[in-house]
Amino acid sequence: MLELRNITFDVHDDGQDKEIIRDVSLTLPDRKLIVVTGPNGGGKSTLARLIAGIETPTSGQILLNGEDITHMSITDRAKKGIGFAFQQPVRFKGLQVLDLIRLAAGKHLTVVDACAYLSKVGLCARDYINREVNSSLSGGELKRIEIATVLAKAPSLAIFDEPEAGIDLWSFQNLIDVFQRLREHIQDSSILIISHQERILNIADEIIVLRDGHLVRKGSKDEILPELIGTSAAIPTCRGPEESEAM
Amino acid sequence: MIQFGNIQIDEIQMRLLEEVADLHSVPEGAFNIRSNGKSAARFSTANIEIEPKEDASGINVHIKPGTKNESVHIPVVMTQSGLTELVYNDFYIGEGCDVTIVAGCGIDNCGPKDSEHDGIHRFYVGKGAKIRYVEKHYGSGTGTGKRILNPGTEVYMEENSTMEMEMVQIKGVDDTDRTTTAELAAGARLVVRERLMTHDKQRATSTYVVNLNGEGATADVVSRSVARDDSYQKFDAKIIGNAPCSGHTECDSIIMDNGRILAVPGLEANDVDAALVHEAAIGKIAGDQIIKLMTLGLTEQEAEEQIINGFLK
Ligand SMILES: Nc1ncnc2c1ncn2[C@@H]1O[C@H](COP(=O)(O)OP(=O)(O)O)[C@@H](O)[C@H]1O
Ligand SMILES: [Mg+2]
Repeated sequence: MLELRNITFDVHDDGQDKEIIRDVSLTLPDRKLIVVTGPNGGGKSTLARLIAGIETPTSGQILLNGEDITHMSITDRAKKGIGFAFQQPVRFKGLQVLDLIRLAAGKHLTVVDACAYLSKVGLCARDYINREVNSSLSGGELKRIEIATVLAKAPSLAIFDEPEAGIDLWSFQNLIDVFQRLREHIQDSSILIISHQERILNIADEIIVLRDGHLVRKGSKDEILPELIGTSAAIPTCRGPEESEAM
Repeated sequence: MIQFGNIQIDEIQMRLLEEVADLHSVPEGAFNIRSNGKSAARFSTANIEIEPKEDASGINVHIKPGTKNESVHIPVVMTQSGLTELVYNDFYIGEGCDVTIVAGCGIDNCGPKDSEHDGIHRFYVGKGAKIRYVEKHYGSGTGTGKRILNPGTEVYMEENSTMEMEMVQIKGVDDTDRTTTAELAAGARLVVRERLMTHDKQRATSTYVVNLNGEGATADVVSRSVARDDSYQKFDAKIIGNAPCSGHTECDSIIMDNGRILAVPGLEANDVDAALVHEAAIGKIAGDQIIKLMTLGLTEQEAEEQIINGFLK
């Protein structure tokens, strides 16, 4: 279980202080799939980065299973079970997909086992396992490899930041299946997905809406989703965000 | 002592052979093993003849035209502190050959005096021949004496020949000055992949001068390097197009700590149809790469190691 208590995060940008996250408190219970949505620039990625330890809050507390991890390093949080698929995955010259999956798993996986994670995200494993994670991969391929690394890590809190970005329609159903399967085998873990996609919102147990750094709505899917339909926070799969109105 | 074919070598020499030539036992094919300034073992095959030079230190390697799928190993190991040697190895490669040549030098210096191996390799590559050349350099030992390697490589390529060179120096060489020159006739193709890491107070310079003299000659010289601690590297690659040809040189480097790198890519076109390109990039490891690996549970140091290992793979 993850708990955020009165988290604020300010940055100093262009000579002035900017509040990116403003007094956010929330609890991510175990055995739940939570989707965070809200307009671009609302602070969703920042919130994920705060949880993963990439940023440190200006004030407030983060507790993981009751333990205060507010000032814990990224590495230690990862070891305690936090996994994070970046919105914009990183490329590595020379590191192969297999290397990355093995590092994520934290043990020497066989090639067959590593391939299984690629298949889960709809990549033909044979074609990708020895590819370099460099600029020869398309955005969508990279995104799926990123998701595969988090699956290989099998974290107790898995965070996916806009996993659908750059992924084509055909693969989208595959992605939904991945999350549904994760949800079915959730055990004592929890899943946090940042997304605008209606079909991802639809598999959520709970939905959180962030806007301008504020937590503006939080509740069960049945309660929140109807309010969001037709806004940019819940985009039907056939439309891109640029075609939707701002919410 | 370890029995190695019909000679005996010590454990350090065995380890050096493994490092520089991947040899765990006597190699197949032709070989010449040089140890502490002397030829320790030599073997010729029906197609590949290795003979000692009469007027200088070193060997001549003659490869008969049409020799295919054979290899030559010519590793050098030095374990005696204070030894300095200058060795000439000449390769005469017949037309239409397809062979692999594995060179490499390992120095273990446990003493106070510098050990130095300067190997001059000359390759005369016949028409249509295809050569894969692998050269690894490695140093070890706790002595205060330096481990110095100054390889000079000269490549003369006849029409439509191919040479792929893999040059690797990852650890332990204190000072290196490497010069590679190549002359390519029409249709010849040269591919160089250099990987270099320097650490502590090491110094490495690598100079290439490639002349593309015939129509359709191509050269692709790519160096990936890492300079850490207080080390210094200079990469100086020049491609000269004297005919309708194409050339590409690339230097991609990571600096860490107080490492310093000077990259001097150079192009000279003396023909209007010479297409030459160079790229050079030097920078520290991208912060988001380290962060990504940390989110997988690696420490910052482990993340750096993984990134470098991948980069130099
Ligand atoms: N380190 C930073 N410095 C300056 N501005 C930042 C920083 N991090 C985030 N921001 C700003 O905070 C806002 C929220 O960003 P982000 O969390 O990426 O939003 P979202 O993921 O909801 O689109 C954006 O306006 C962004 O430009
Ligand atoms: Mg975002």
